[in-house]
Amino acid sequence: MVRLEKRPQPSKLWTYLTPLVAVICTMVAGGALFSLLGKNPVEAIATIFWEPLFGEFAFYYRPQLLIKGAPLVLIAIGLSLGFRAGIWNIGAEGQFIIGALTGAGVGLAFYPAEGWYIFPLMMIAGAFGGWVWAMIPAILRTRFGTNEILVSLMLVYVAEQLLAKMALGLLRNPDGHGFPGSRNFQQYPSGHNAELITGTGMHWGVVAALIAVIFAYVLLNRHILGYHIRLAGQAPRAARFAGVSPTRLVLFCLGTSGALAGLAGMFEVSGPAGQVSIDFNVGYGFTAIIVAFLGRLHPVGILLAGLLMALTYIGGEIAQSNLGLPAAAIQMFQGMLLFFLLAIDVLTNFRVRLSRREVV
Amino acid sequence: MMDLGSISPTLLLASLMVAATPILLAALGELVVERAGVLNLGVEGMMITGAICGFAIAVNTGSPTLGFIAAALGGAALSLLFAILTQVALANHVASGLALTLFGLGLSALLGQGYVGIKPPATDKLDIPVLSDLPVVGPVLFAHDPMVYVGLALTLAVWFVLNRTRAGLILRAVGENHDAAHALGYKVVRVRVMAILFGGACAGLGGAYISLIRVPQWTEGMTAGVGWIALALVVFASWRAGRVMLGAYLFGGVTVLQLNLQAAGVALPVEYLSMSPYIITILVLVIMSAERNRAPASLGRTFHASN
Repeated sequence: MVRLEKRPQPSKLWTYLTPLVAVICTMVAGGALFSLLGKNPVEAIATIFWEPLFGEFAFYYRPQLLIKGAPLVLIAIGLSLGFRAGIWNIGAEGQFIIGALTGAGVGLAFYPAEGWYIFPLMMIAGAFGGWVWAMIPAILRTRFGTNEILVSLMLVYVAEQLLAKMALGLLRNPDGHGFPGSRNFQQYPSGHNAELITGTGMHWGVVAALIAVIFAYVLLNRHILGYHIRLAGQAPRAARFAGVSPTRLVLFCLGTSGALAGLAGMFEVSGPAGQVSIDFNVGYGFTAIIVAFLGRLHPVGILLAGLLMALTYIGGEIAQSNLGLPAAAIQMFQGMLLFFLLAIDVLTNFRVRLSRREVV
Repeated sequence: MMDLGSISPTLLLASLMVAATPILLAALGELVVERAGVLNLGVEGMMITGAICGFAIAVNTGSPTLGFIAAALGGAALSLLFAILTQVALANHVASGLALTLFGLGLSALLGQGYVGIKPPATDKLDIPVLSDLPVVGPVLFAHDPMVYVGLALTLAVWFVLNRTRAGLILRAVGENHDAAHALGYKVVRVRVMAILFGGACAGLGGAYISLIRVPQWTEGMTAGVGWIALALVVFASWRAGRVMLGAYLFGGVTVLQLNLQAAGVALPVEYLSMSPYIITILVLVIMSAERNRAPASLGRTFHASN
């Protein structure tokens, strides 16, 4: 009879080991899935994890790692703060879209003026847009006790409709011959989130993501607010006695994650995506949830997890074009990773004991 | 051009019943799950999996009935993963539910690759000699596909089992205080796993209703947040079966009215009308959360028998 016995302290070893074991399990299960689809599993896994880094065309794919990883890390860092405190912002995708709209909106309002101040203003607008969108569930939760999970998620669908409206209406390129989508920022130097060092994929979003990692690390380890966040998540009652204000915590966590998601959206739309279009968002807001958990809600972990997830995106695309692996298989692969992670995580807090059934 | 006269109230009421059924089925399942103390946020994932399982089997066998059975099984199979995660591996309910939704969306897209653009076999509508031909009442109440009535019957059954039977009492005990229920000798984990499977089957049925009857065809991500609305509905209903039905018809009404207004060419842009069901869900949630919290006391808490 297998029995779980609670550990007095979470195991340090398993805290680090869980993500690794989960990745290996996902590779095995994913390989099984790919072979069911009639592909060579070893080849498919190698294409996803090896090809982008060390393959023939790695010089092209490596920069993509930063381009795709940056938004994931930026969003996941924000989400992790809330997740630690038991505040669930599931609507990062919506905040990402709104941040892109406000950021791009400000940039396009200045067109065709040129000036160094335009891009910083777009950044502020993007962060502000995401923040406002996240404040809706935050205020509804603190004021009325409304469930922030459902509200933030509903707002994703609202944001998608708003995006469609803006891409076809207000932000549409007046010189675009009636095609949907805004002006392309690549042709507008002051508003373009350009590559900082050619051939590296390094853009302002990557810089922002790195700064966010550092700030989050300092906040969680060296600041009283970070301590309160951790306390509220691990021992809500103790937190209340210690005078931690739940209202402030909700406003801070949702606001920060919203602002970071909005910022990520703005960097995406003015750089890699280039323009506001109906489907410029590719689900980074949802994938970031997996990244946050895979990184164990730890800033450095999230950085690594974000890069790994970016790798599966890029490798997935290669596998799509080279092996004809369906895009949905990659999506499932990512979902599987979260499953294994959650399942194996039990070993962090529990010991598995084999014992004979006791006679009561 | 606005032409409100083109909206027929009879047709509106009749299509309201159809629009409400998937939400009703999924929400009833989730209601039972939450009354057992489990918060499964994977409804959307289970619905979309049910939608494609039902669609694929119905297309391949030509039988919608078999399709619905397959959908229930598919939804339940996916929910079994959630049950293993939360009840055996003691994982966080919120995270596991999200994982289920992300996984389900990927799985359904993969399964559905060959089914885009196909029409499923039609489901027969009820045709009771005199009743179905009655003016107004006939088309609104007595001329639907059988699943509409399954939804209604299920509401009644869930209400009866939860409130009038011993099994329901045990399920509620597990949901209100799992430690006490365990001390009384009830199998907390077993009860919860069964509730989760029931919830998965119901969500699967709801999903298949969308792909086989409501739309009817298969497109990726076609449930478009209905699963999440169903989750909101359970809160709206204060965890009571009768009010779940009421809420489902309310949301069904909003959806149908919104679609009719779009067709009638109301001066509001289509996008704003399309976001209305989500905004109304939020408003309703806000209004309901002002009321006293009636959530099951152990909702979302992990149970581990220490001995």
